[in-house]
Amino acid sequence: MIKVDGISKQFGKVKAVDAISFEVQAQENLILLGTSGCGKTTTLKMINRLIEPSQGNIYINNKNIFEQQPEVLRRGIGYVLQNNGLFPHYTVAENIAIVPQLLKWDKKKTETRTAELLEKLHLDKSYLHVYPNELSGGQQQRVGLARALVSDPPVLLMDEPFGALDNVTRSNIHKEFKALDELKRKTIIMVTHDVQEAFELGDRICLMDKGKIVQSGTPAELLFSPANEFAKDFLKDQRLQLEFRAVHLNDLWDLLPNLAPNNEATSLSADIDVWSALEGFKFGNQETVNVNRDNDQYKQVSFEQLMAAFYQYKKQAAA
Amino acid sequence: MNEHQQSLWEFMQQQAGKLAVQTMQHIGLTFISLFIAVIIGLPLGIFITRKVKLSGPVLGIAGILQTIPSIALLGFMIPLLGIGARPAIVALLLYALLPIIRNTYTGITGVDASVKEAAIAMGMSKWQVLFKVELPLAMPVILAGIRTATVINVGVATLASYIAAGGLGEFIFGGISLNNTNMILAGAIPAALLAIIFDFLLSRVQKLNFKKIRNGTYALPVLLVLLSSFYFIPSAYGSKLTAGFTPEFMGRQDGNLGLESKYGLKIHTVVISDAVMYKAAFEKELDVISGYSTDGRLKAYGLVVLDDDKSIFPPYYAAPIVRDESLKKFPDLEKTLNLLSGEINDSVMTELNYHTDYLHQSPERVAKDFLEAKKLYKPSREGTAGIIRIGSKIFGEQYILANIYSMLIKGYTNYDVATKTGLGGTKICFDALTNDQIDFYPEYTGTGLLAILQASPKTVAQVTKSKDSTYNYVQREFEKRYQVKWLRPIGFNNAYALMMRRQQAKNLNIKTISNLKRYLSSK
Repeated sequence: MIKVDGISKQFGKVKAVDAISFEVQAQENLILLGTSGCGKTTTLKMINRLIEPSQGNIYINNKNIFEQQPEVLRRGIGYVLQNNGLFPHYTVAENIAIVPQLLKWDKKKTETRTAELLEKLHLDKSYLHVYPNELSGGQQQRVGLARALVSDPPVLLMDEPFGALDNVTRSNIHKEFKALDELKRKTIIMVTHDVQEAFELGDRICLMDKGKIVQSGTPAELLFSPANEFAKDFLKDQRLQLEFRAVHLNDLWDLLPNLAPNNEATSLSADIDVWSALEGFKFGNQETVNVNRDNDQYKQVSFEQLMAAFYQYKKQAAA
Repeated sequence: MNEHQQSLWEFMQQQAGKLAVQTMQHIGLTFISLFIAVIIGLPLGIFITRKVKLSGPVLGIAGILQTIPSIALLGFMIPLLGIGARPAIVALLLYALLPIIRNTYTGITGVDASVKEAAIAMGMSKWQVLFKVELPLAMPVILAGIRTATVINVGVATLASYIAAGGLGEFIFGGISLNNTNMILAGAIPAALLAIIFDFLLSRVQKLNFKKIRNGTYALPVLLVLLSSFYFIPSAYGSKLTAGFTPEFMGRQDGNLGLESKYGLKIHTVVISDAVMYKAAFEKELDVISGYSTDGRLKAYGLVVLDDDKSIFPPYYAAPIVRDESLKKFPDLEKTLNLLSGEINDSVMTELNYHTDYLHQSPERVAKDFLEAKKLYKPSREGTAGIIRIGSKIFGEQYILANIYSMLIKGYTNYDVATKTGLGGTKICFDALTNDQIDFYPEYTGTGLLAILQASPKTVAQVTKSKDSTYNYVQREFEKRYQVKWLRPIGFNNAYALMMRRQQAKNLNIKTISNLKRYLSSK
């Protein structure tokens, strides 16, 4: 879907991005992760040509983006900024209608689409005619998301979209983000410096440092087979929690003992991660839970058995 | 106080027509220049946000323009654009440029970078970003600049009357010259009100439009054009010739009022400052001007004085006036001063003034050259029999006369001389004389009659019929009231006069003011 091929950007003598290549599959959610100044934002902005690269090529659907008119290219790519970038002199409705206007949609179509998005993003209709400064940070960010999604572009670029939000608001938005069907159809590239966020939202993660990609892979790959010391150190602080989040019950299925399900225990889907399963124990106040795989296979699991399977999995992955 | 206010009100009512025209002109001048300044300044301000390297030089130049004193800027305009509306508008527009360019630049560079980035990232073109995002968001700052420029322009537009562009300055500067407080206030109060009202209105626009800015941006140019149309350029309509009169001349009985009542002269008139009037006549911007009959520029610019055949300008014959006590103390003084009597006529005085004012020769040299030519010069006797103190007012002609008298006294008597030149105006000079700080100075009969004796209009009408009756009256009255003696007149008459270009006057066969009147009323 998106192919970045040997892209570099030089600001004066500083190489901000140094010959980076990666690919993003359709409907995949790729996270560019790294500390500030690692070149992740520059990389993102080259994909919609806010920054022109010094070298290299980028293809979207096998079309070289540098052979297209930048305005036309950008109208087909959603963009969400950290500080939302809403127009302060436009109402919420007008802000959302910017791209439809550029695409010359008729009024009716824009209105219907806006109403649909507001509902999906849990924004009340009464907000349509207020100005952005009257909204809370979380609401502003949702409007920013609605604005990026309104024309249903296949690609979405997000530059630290939740960076300016407090922790509670952020984790709420994370949940909505994952649940939003609109986003499941999209190819998303998101920049963040927040490891938790990267692991929670990303299908794949590109860990960057000093303008280069250190390692790219699934969260589990990054955790259990780090490419070097930098990759290992980067995840050090929250390693245990990340591991619980990165491993899903599906991954452990073969390592769990074959016990018949207990009719009185609660049932958990095998699609959830270990962290959520542990929460299931805690809140269910039970000795065992039933794990079901694809709604036809069931196993009864105790807390100890789950932990044992998890450690076994870790050993296998490291080997 | 109450009485004073009432008379101001009366004055304004009496002059309501003029006041209305001047106010309209003032508004027109302000907004034509403002409109052009916006047309130039706004794009220029936008341009330097795109080429940031140019922002320093552009803002620097606009800043320098701002620091040029307004009178000087108007003066620079005359050689380039002549007199009247054009140079005034250009000068005003140059003043308005800086706040507009600077605020446009500041406003646009101050737009939140993430908003601009979002606009570009959504696929807006450069122009769409400018018109839909940058300009609307910068508009409050840009409007603040326009507001500053408006207030500056209302103030500076008062000076437009110096170069015949009209406006409320006509009353203000006329009032100052005539020492007429009501006239000053009749110009100054409306000017101040205009500044306050426009400032207030623009401050409302600034607040109102932040959200609904898109409608406001259309209303503003329309409003500017509307206000600009208040000014009708005072071009030569309804009259074959154009006259330029000083504000003082406009308001005096022995000036334009007399021309209208005694001669019935109706000529298209603009008000202009004395400093640029002669040159404007020379450059054919004006045809008739009010000047002084012995001014050196008369010769410099090839102008002729029209004969005042109905005697509306009182005679201003110059003669030394001396304290009686000084005459007693220095017995040789009177006959020495009288040596000059009858020696300098109008054209000689004009010539002498031409040498100092236009050729910039020193008054001493001009005085000596003159005495030598008249064979009156004698070298100083280095006498020590006493010191005679000579006074003079603060203009060229008086300096020359003081120098001539000084050389005569040194050459013909044993007295020494102390000169106290540059004694401001008439009042300062005359007070110095009566307080025994000087012994004599050259004075003019008209000034003695009107400024010192402050004769009643009836007396003035009576005694100004001939130069002799004026002279006799002031001589008699000065002796009686101040014990000051008018010696014999020097010969020239430095009175108000109407003047035209020599060639034009000859072509039209105009020699007197009556000729002028006849020419103007013929079809």
